[in-house]
Amino acid sequence: MAENEKDVDLSPQMYWKENVRLLSILLVIWFTVSYGFGIILVDVLDNIRIFGFRLGFWFAQQGSIYVFLILIIVYIRGMAKLDVKYGVQEDQAAKHKK
Amino acid sequence: MELQLMIYLFVGASFALYIGIAIWAKAGATKDFYVAGGGVHPVMNGMATAADWMSAASFISMAGLIAFLGYDGSMYLMGWTGGYVLLAMLLAPYLRKFGKFTVPDFVGDRYYSDSARVVAAICTIFISFTYVAGQMRGVGIVFSRFLQVDVNTGVVIGMVIVFIYAVLGGMKGITYTQVAQYCVLITAYLVPAIFLSIMTTGHFLPQTGMGATVIDPATGQDTGVYILDRLDGMLTELGFTAYTDGQKTKIDLFFITAALMAGTAGLPHVIVRFFTVPRVHDARISAGWALFFIALLYTTAPAVGVFARTNIVEAVHQQNYEEMPQWFYTWENTGLIQVQNPTPDAEGNIIMTLEDGAPENFVSIDRDIMVLANPEIAQLPNWVIALVAAGGMAAALSTAAGLLLVISSSVAHDVLAKVVLKGKMSDKAELLAARLAAAVAICIAGLLGIYPPGFVAQVVAFAFGLAAASFFPVIIMGVFSKRMNKEGAIAGMSVGLTFTFIYIVYTRFINQDPEIWWFGISPEGIGTLGMILNMVVAFTVSRMTSPPPAHIQELIEDIRIPKGAGGATHH
Repeated sequence: MAENEKDVDLSPQMYWKENVRLLSILLVIWFTVSYGFGIILVDVLDNIRIFGFRLGFWFAQQGSIYVFLILIIVYIRGMAKLDVKYGVQEDQAAKHKK
Repeated sequence: MELQLMIYLFVGASFALYIGIAIWAKAGATKDFYVAGGGVHPVMNGMATAADWMSAASFISMAGLIAFLGYDGSMYLMGWTGGYVLLAMLLAPYLRKFGKFTVPDFVGDRYYSDSARVVAAICTIFISFTYVAGQMRGVGIVFSRFLQVDVNTGVVIGMVIVFIYAVLGGMKGITYTQVAQYCVLITAYLVPAIFLSIMTTGHFLPQTGMGATVIDPATGQDTGVYILDRLDGMLTELGFTAYTDGQKTKIDLFFITAALMAGTAGLPHVIVRFFTVPRVHDARISAGWALFFIALLYTTAPAVGVFARTNIVEAVHQQNYEEMPQWFYTWENTGLIQVQNPTPDAEGNIIMTLEDGAPENFVSIDRDIMVLANPEIAQLPNWVIALVAAGGMAAALSTAAGLLLVISSSVAHDVLAKVVLKGKMSDKAELLAARLAAAVAICIAGLLGIYPPGFVAQVVAFAFGLAAASFFPVIIMGVFSKRMNKEGAIAGMSVGLTFTFIYIVYTRFINQDPEIWWFGISPEGIGTLGMILNMVVAFTVSRMTSPPPAHIQELIEDIRIPKGAGGATHH
């Protein structure tokens, strides 16, 4: 929304707000797949079968781990974009000084 | 080649590699010693974190644990990986931006209090020693099984190896050694798992093999029966719970998973790994790589569990004791497989059973042998067995080294340099102190390994529970709440720690009856309640006292933004 307005709020406070919003969305998914699908709703989901897996069991032992990985990748990408948008990214000079 | 010779060769070669790397990466300054000079590539750092995090318990015990727990084993799988999501999003980038050496550094500075720093340092030392005692014992056991030496001799060999690369190389030596150790341990884990998966289901990937149909070994034909269904059937027939159903209550599973997640994110030797990368952006990426490398093993483990449990039931149940394959007797000699009250029938045969509640001829199998015995059970070539031996040692040694480093930096940096001598210590003196502390810590860890206090296995819950109830909330609140002050943090930490400590001690050592558990929460999961208490108390106390001073509020604003992160510094 902010992109279309003339005076875009690029304050550190706004950066932090957007950061927290991204975090909250990702953590809701994190909670849903692990605690939601893997523990709370496991019996319901176990009625659905995918190949030899019962779905709830699959989420608890495999699926949630794959989702965790995707969440971190989305987070890294999202934050890198946010850093550039607000001009708070680090100097490239600091990269792998070796 | 003979098996024993092959094992010496593999293990010897891997040790030579680790020590060679330690000499190459010798630490020259405190910065090298504590944070590896701060210039580690995020992929390398991810690998090192994975090796650091995956201990002898992950490598040797976890698949066996899952094999026996079935669905309940999910708490370890989700708990120990889900914590990395929290680490990547809530802790790593901000701690990296903060840019000091240790976790107590952050707690002490953010809460402008040396008492908070000391409490954090004591927690670090306690958590790390609890953990390292189990590791050293693990090192000893693996050595004794594979090198045919006494367990105590095994512990001493392990001490010498860790001594060389931890004391000499510090974090820099450890980081690069851990990269090598990760490669060894993951290969050692995946190779037998892939073999097993192909043999049982025809699937190359154990992750999909676990949900596939079984191939009849006699005919090579697909039986059309899913392996999980077959295992469920076999177990219920024997009077056990079905593999895909759990026995634990939902609330207990929920709390244990949460405690393991928060504990993982709060373990000091894991957090400190994110100080070693050059930039904040790299700290985020590094957490992603760490989870990727861990997930390779953690998604394979449940498959190994399923294959191993199926193989064991088929190999042992209703079989004649006299006609077992060689691996059965090898493990029986170590005491890890036992036949209870063997009674021969009329023909003099001992027909063994796995039935639940069977009083006689019942075979009890130690969970820890699952991964180690798998290659032998599946009759894989000798080099695979040798590889697994090297992998088990890599897993135990890398974690032990990481923990010892955290102990030495807490003693030398947080307690000695920052509090006792108040910054009057030269860089050189501190490096010497850190090396000495590491040496002393190794000796203590070795002693704990040789004379294990009987409760070592039981106190692992401590390490996670205390990390979840102390560090995790204190760091999160330190970053996400500008209003959180010294009084709130100290009150919260004390309440969370004391509550968790008392509950675990009481339910573990004084009254072990599960009937008295609050809401049915086992000691493993109580850290979650401790964490919630910590946050509630901290919030309440902080609102009743004055807000933190202006320079602290500026510090918080500063760590929230990646720009301007230099290397990890002293001042």
